Amino acid sequence: MLTIDELTKRFGDKTAVDRANITVAKPAMIGIIGRSGAGKSTLLRMLNRLSDPTTGNIVFDGEDVTSLRGAAKRDWQSRCAMIFQQFNLVPRMDVVSNVLHGTLNKRSTFATMFNLYPKSDIHKAIEILDRLGIAEQAPKRAEALSGGQQQRVAIARALMQDPKIILADEPIASLDPMNAQVVMQSLRTIHEEDGRMVIANLHTLDTARRYCDRVIGMRDGRIVFDGTPAQLTTGVARDIYGAGADFSEAATSTEIETLDRSNAAKAIA
Amino acid sequence: MADVSLGGAPQNVAGIQSSYMAQVQRRRLYGGLTLLILVVLMVSGFNVADDRNAGGFWEGLHQIGDYPADVVSEAWAKRADLPGLIAKYFPALVETINIAAVSTLIGALAGLILSLLSTRGLAKWPRLIPLFRRFSDIMRAVPEIVIALVLIFVLGGGPVPAMIAIAIHTAGALGKLFSEVAENADLKPVEGLASTGATWSQRMLLGVLPQVAPNYVSYALLRFEINIRASAILGFVGAGGLGYELRNAMAWGPGRFDEAAAIFILLFGTIVFFDQLSSHYRNRLTEGQAQ
Repeated sequence: MLTIDELTKRFGDKTAVDRANITVAKPAMIGIIGRSGAGKSTLLRMLNRLSDPTTGNIVFDGEDVTSLRGAAKRDWQSRCAMIFQQFNLVPRMDVVSNVLHGTLNKRSTFATMFNLYPKSDIHKAIEILDRLGIAEQAPKRAEALSGGQQQRVAIARALMQDPKIILADEPIASLDPMNAQVVMQSLRTIHEEDGRMVIANLHTLDTARRYCDRVIGMRDGRIVFDGTPAQLTTGVARDIYGAGADFSEAATSTEIETLDRSNAAKAIA
Repeated sequence: MADVSLGGAPQNVAGIQSSYMAQVQRRRLYGGLTLLILVVLMVSGFNVADDRNAGGFWEGLHQIGDYPADVVSEAWAKRADLPGLIAKYFPALVETINIAAVSTLIGALAGLILSLLSTRGLAKWPRLIPLFRRFSDIMRAVPEIVIALVLIFVLGGGPVPAMIAIAIHTAGALGKLFSEVAENADLKPVEGLASTGATWSQRMLLGVLPQVAPNYVSYALLRFEINIRASAILGFVGAGGLGYELRNAMAWGPGRFDEAAAIFILLFGTIVFFDQLSSHYRNRLTEGQAQ
């Protein structure tokens, strides 16, 4: 279904992603882990074609995505939704308008300028918001919402695109543990109910373990691990993060239970 | 605020949909009305302007290229003289640039002081902020050509009235732009300096200026470009420089069009040159030196 072949991105003499090879046969929920600067974001941005790879190819359902230009490229971007760490909504527009931005690829600039979205799209947008549990926020401005709600609006925008793939670049890194759980659960539900492929950059190990079918570990631009969450032992994790023996999962955790546990351990000690 | 349940809707979806649709309809109605009013205003405004115009827009439209065509054809016929004419008018150009440079310098200094005195959080006398703001409003509001005409009447023709007129306008305009920049400056260094017992001018000089300098220089360079144009225009009312020569050449009519063309070339070349120069330096200031 999705094949990434020898994908490389260089910025000057620095290699951000170094000959990445990933093959995905059927829709799955994939987590990419690694410390900051490991090339996770660059990889996702190349998949969405927000940035161009230096060498290598991305093939989706037999179509070479890397060679698309102009309208064909934008069509691919509409089929491959992206969710950002800082939500990247238009803060001064209302929630439904932000969700309707998911249909921009099908609309002309003229229709967008006069806010002429079809009634069916507006209804669909509100249904998606309802599915994510934030329908009552529909008429509010995006900037008036909390971080967790804004991220769910961003997910709604992605769903509005009706994409084959949803890319999530650190979707929970700006959220508190409670909201992080809601957002990750939403992504998991979307994967299970709609059968869409979800690829998420995660900076916490336990999130990847808990929500993903497959985990890819990156370090200094290279893919150093590719397997199931069960294969991801503490030793492997230490390799991915380049950490010493003092590394523990609690150090990268955002889960409330894990934090409680480590606090309890400290309290005992 | 965060509700964990996924899909649990306290309000019914159909209700939200219909109320949002009503909101969208209302917004579209307002948008349509605004567009309609805009079109009506444009059409009626154009008709009024056309009626009051002495010549008439449509009758004059096809003649719009006549004057440039005359100038170009005559200049082309006498093209051999052009280099000599350009050399002849070069001193006038220097005078024009001089007026612009001096007035930009004086105006920028005055604008700097005005801006610091009229910025909330930085002003030495916070209660007088409105006074200094209105002061720079007035300096901006009076067109430089009006100030120049008054000064020429009082002081007689020449570059000095033009310089003063442009400097006053520059001080007002830069005072406004500078104070917008200063409003966004970080106050922590200022507080740090205040804690050491520094005076107001020391705090401004060492705490604020280093932060805002790149933006200030960039605005001042932009103003310099504008002032070159302004000083050329003021020549038309007798302030000397290139504009004065241009008015004479144009007023003489056919026969002197080669001189007009030479002056146009000089003016255009100068503006392009300073535009390139200042955008180069502005880029270096805002993006840092190329490594």
